[in-house]
Amino acid sequence: MEPLLELRGVNKSFGVVHVLHDVDFAVYPGQVTALVGDNGAGKSTLVKIIAGIYGRDSGDYRFEGNEVEVHGPRDVAALGVEVVYQDLALCDNLDIVENMFLGREETTRFGLDEVSMETRARETLASLSVRTVKSVRQSVASLSGGQRQTVAIAKAVLWNSKVVLLDEPTAALGVAQTRQVLDLVRRLADRGLGVVLISHNMGDVLEVADRITALYLGRVAADVSSKDVTHGQIVELITAGRSGDLGIAENPATATV
Amino acid sequence: MTDTQSTPAAPVASGFDNDNRQAGSIGDSARDYVNRLRGGDMGSLPAILGLVVLVVIFASLNDRFLTTYNMANLVVQASAIIVLAMGIVFVLLLGEIDLSAGVAGGACATITALMLIDYDWPWWLATLAGVAFGMVVGLVIGSLVSFLGIPSFVVTLAFFLGLQAVPLKLIGSGGSLRYNDPVLRGLSIKNVPVTAGWIAAVLIVLAFAALSLWSYRSLSAKGLVHPPIGLVAIRIAVLAAIVLGLTALLNANRSPNPIFDISGIPWAAPVVIALLLFWTFILTKTRFGRHLYAVGGNAEAARRAGINVRRVRIMAFVICTGMAALAGLLSASYTGKVSPGSGGGNVLLYAVAAAVIGGTSLFGGRGRALDAVIGGLVIATISNGLGLLNQAAYINFVVTGGVLLLAASVDAISRRRRSSAGV
Repeated sequence: MEPLLELRGVNKSFGVVHVLHDVDFAVYPGQVTALVGDNGAGKSTLVKIIAGIYGRDSGDYRFEGNEVEVHGPRDVAALGVEVVYQDLALCDNLDIVENMFLGREETTRFGLDEVSMETRARETLASLSVRTVKSVRQSVASLSGGQRQTVAIAKAVLWNSKVVLLDEPTAALGVAQTRQVLDLVRRLADRGLGVVLISHNMGDVLEVADRITALYLGRVAADVSSKDVTHGQIVELITAGRSGDLGIAENPATATV
Repeated sequence: MTDTQSTPAAPVASGFDNDNRQAGSIGDSARDYVNRLRGGDMGSLPAILGLVVLVVIFASLNDRFLTTYNMANLVVQASAIIVLAMGIVFVLLLGEIDLSAGVAGGACATITALMLIDYDWPWWLATLAGVAFGMVVGLVIGSLVSFLGIPSFVVTLAFFLGLQAVPLKLIGSGGSLRYNDPVLRGLSIKNVPVTAGWIAAVLIVLAFAALSLWSYRSLSAKGLVHPPIGLVAIRIAVLAAIVLGLTALLNANRSPNPIFDISGIPWAAPVVIALLLFWTFILTKTRFGRHLYAVGGNAEAARRAGINVRRVRIMAFVICTGMAALAGLLSASYTGKVSPGSGGGNVLLYAVAAAVIGGTSLFGGRGRALDAVIGGLVIATISNGLGLLNQAAYINFVVTGGVLLLAASVDAISRRRRSSAGV
């Protein structure tokens, strides 16, 4: 199967600090790809490169099989790649519909087209089987953490995006809300989207992910199917970069010095 | 109350289990409203209650307060405060402040007056020159705030000091510019013909009713969130009562002298109403208005949504200072002159107080053009009523300062309740 989005041999340095070493990363349609790694492994940097916020020092950015030029977040959004950041980026004083269309409002000759926007927002939420919000016209301030996450994800899906990156979507949520969001993540992939899940929670990762990419000190330690690994193996990949015959042959921390 | 209107069949596809597309009846709407109040979403309610209390107090203390002559005077006095406050609302919406708007209005009025007197420009061109000067000042303030990142408090404090030099240089200390342009001076001293006033009032009520019903129909036909028809009817009735009542009041002969007749709506009122309608449309029905609220609510979210936050911020200051120019002209038309002190003193703080009393938040993200009208009426009522009571000037300062503090406290407390109640 051809990847929707693929990075090949990406290097990135900040000054003298070499953050990413020849990173290969692929997102497949209809699959949830989990991106795991310890703090400082380079997850956030990789996400920001995909999102177009950081440039790359070297390496290819490929989308649907073609190499593409990416110079900023707008280029990435134009490709159909949406990022849902950890801090959600919702406006508390606006309602759900207003937030979902923020920056891309629809208008008629007489101003904002509220009828069309509310209708489309409803359709999108319904297509994601979101049934937990009381009204699409309630302000986002009144929503729970899980509902806010849902709105942020629905906002990303509204624009017929092909790839959605979710940065720690369940980090601040309770059990029931985590359940809602994980179900939603699974449904996104079932619709044929390529989903990237960045998470520290191995339980979540093993439950919804199809593939797991583990980063260790800026290198890809493993890119495996989630069926082939156990909880313990992932933890070893994250903390030591290797697990049995999986992972980096030599410990790069000692090898590169 | 019972649910009498037929609920339109909602499309089943969306399937929100508890999505109440309309608050079933007027009773439900009333309950929703009470819940919002409890949650800290007070809106203009404190201001309206305060206005009623003030009117009752002043009317009982002085029998001249409620005369139609004084009411017309009050409308004219309020107009300058209202227009300035309307401009301030845009800056407050972003969580910024503009301390220079008052003196900027004075400087703009000076330029307009000079163009009228020294260069014999027609009134509209002179007005345009004043407003353009204000917008340029706003552009500079907004650019300093958004490009250099200087807090707006500091930038506008500097402009508050600097702009006072403009009228002082152009007029000279101790002097004043008097002009008698029939339009610009007439804003305060001339009235709309009685028949025209009635026609305009009826047209406004009819247009509001038609728009409300049309919006109700298009929302309910698609099964979208909409208010119950009873609430729509109540809104139309309240607006009709206010507009037609005020028109009747101001169209009556209010002359204290039986020899000649003074009647009709002062021209300042239609100016305020036109500005109110225009800015309400901009704030609620355009992308720019939506972006203003978004930047005020969460600037980072707005930036990520692709909104040009800098442009929005600069535009807010341009609008604020442009409106300040109009406010300067309104207050000049009331006194009939521009002097170096115009727009100084407590003018700006009155306007900020008016916006906050009306329900605009000092913390950004909440506010309407209508807030400025309601708050401006409260402030004008205080100064008008205290003036009639022949109180010393210091009382006026103390009372207005107290009211501003009270309004800011209500704002801060309701904000805290909102964040805990999550409304």
